Amino acid sequence: MLVNCDKEIVRLMHEYLDGHLAKTEENKLRSHLQSCEACQKHFHELKRTVAMLKSSSDIQAPVNFTANVMEGLPQEKKRVGYMRWFKAHPIITAAAIFFLFMMSGIFSAWNQDSQLSVSKQKNLVIQDDTVIVPEDVVVDGDLIVKNGDVKIEGEVKGDVVIINGEPLLASAGQVSGDLKEVNQVFDWIWYHIKEVTENVFSIGK
Amino acid sequence: MDMMIKQKIKQVKKGDQAAFEDVVSFYQNKVYQICYRMLGNTHEAEDIAQEAFIRAYVNIHTFDERRKFSTWLYRIATNLSIDRIRKKKPDYFLDAEVKGTDGLDMYSQLPAEQALPEEEVESLELQSYIQQEIMALPPKYRGVIALRYLDELSLLEISEILDIPMGTVKTRIHRGREALRKRLRHV
Ligand SMILES: [Zn+2]
Repeated sequence: MLVNCDKEIVRLMHEYLDGHLAKTEENKLRSHLQSCEACQKHFHELKRTVAMLKSSSDIQAPVNFTANVMEGLPQEKKRVGYMRWFKAHPIITAAAIFFLFMMSGIFSAWNQDSQLSVSKQKNLVIQDDTVIVPEDVVVDGDLIVKNGDVKIEGEVKGDVVIINGEPLLASAGQVSGDLKEVNQVFDWIWYHIKEVTENVFSIGK
Repeated sequence: MDMMIKQKIKQVKKGDQAAFEDVVSFYQNKVYQICYRMLGNTHEAEDIAQEAFIRAYVNIHTFDERRKFSTWLYRIATNLSIDRIRKKKPDYFLDAEVKGTDGLDMYSQLPAEQALPEEEVESLELQSYIQQEIMALPPKYRGVIALRYLDELSLLEISEILDIPMGTVKTRIHRGREALRKRLRHV
């Protein structure tokens, strides 16, 4: 019976199974096993237990496991999504950044220049910050006004472009072309540029 | 493979969620097996294994890339499993009564006409029998046995995963194996 054998022998068996047995100890175990049937049986049972544990160790995760994990993850931070997109589209990104700088360059240039300016046409009246096309005046070509309002009483044979100002179309003035208020468009573009630039710059952080 | 995982972890750290998918599919069976070995129930194992991956993802910035990722991941899985066992303690007696029936239920649910080939029935029976015997061990022995026969992890790795001294790992493995020997010798 094992009772008669040293507990040390069982310890050696376990050390052996974990690959921690030194050569001298292994010889000690071996010679004991050759002479002791009880320990032989014990050792055999242990090895069989290990074999059973190993053979049953190919447990597979359920089929959709990975997909379920991915679904359960918290939402990816937005800036990382942009980052990956930018990395995947380097040329578009470079173009976009160039465009942004160009646009903001134009805009800052635009902001510095807050003087009222008008395209060179004759017979226009300028009162304070308002450009007036008098009743009897016909403007040939486009009228471009920057940083001022426009009052048209006469006629404009072309487009009226008002940058950073308002049209004061009192009543009867005639514009054969389009009337454009660029300040609003600019506001809109600027609003979007600001949004995009904020995202672009936060990526770097 | 290690290089591939290292690379993926770097990407995940930078916030690339898609890179995590490869990490999950690479480790899913291992992590699931640890949880199943410790909890003995397929639904709970799935639940906790999923939670382990989600925790790993959320806390990826705390992972030291100079160390082995599997060690870190398995540690999360064993800790969560231990937590779950602790939470279940109030129902411990209730559990004790139905303990180990999970695998058997799965087996008895199989329709008769779709009977499995003989060999597979045997391996399924053996599988659930072994798990039943593992479940009879106290949780701390379950943990070391699960890890020892998952990929034949070294005792050193197990001590790192469980954050317990080598000597303790050794003792638990020896005792756990002894207990299983007594339970499985008649199979
Ligand atoms: Zn002996």
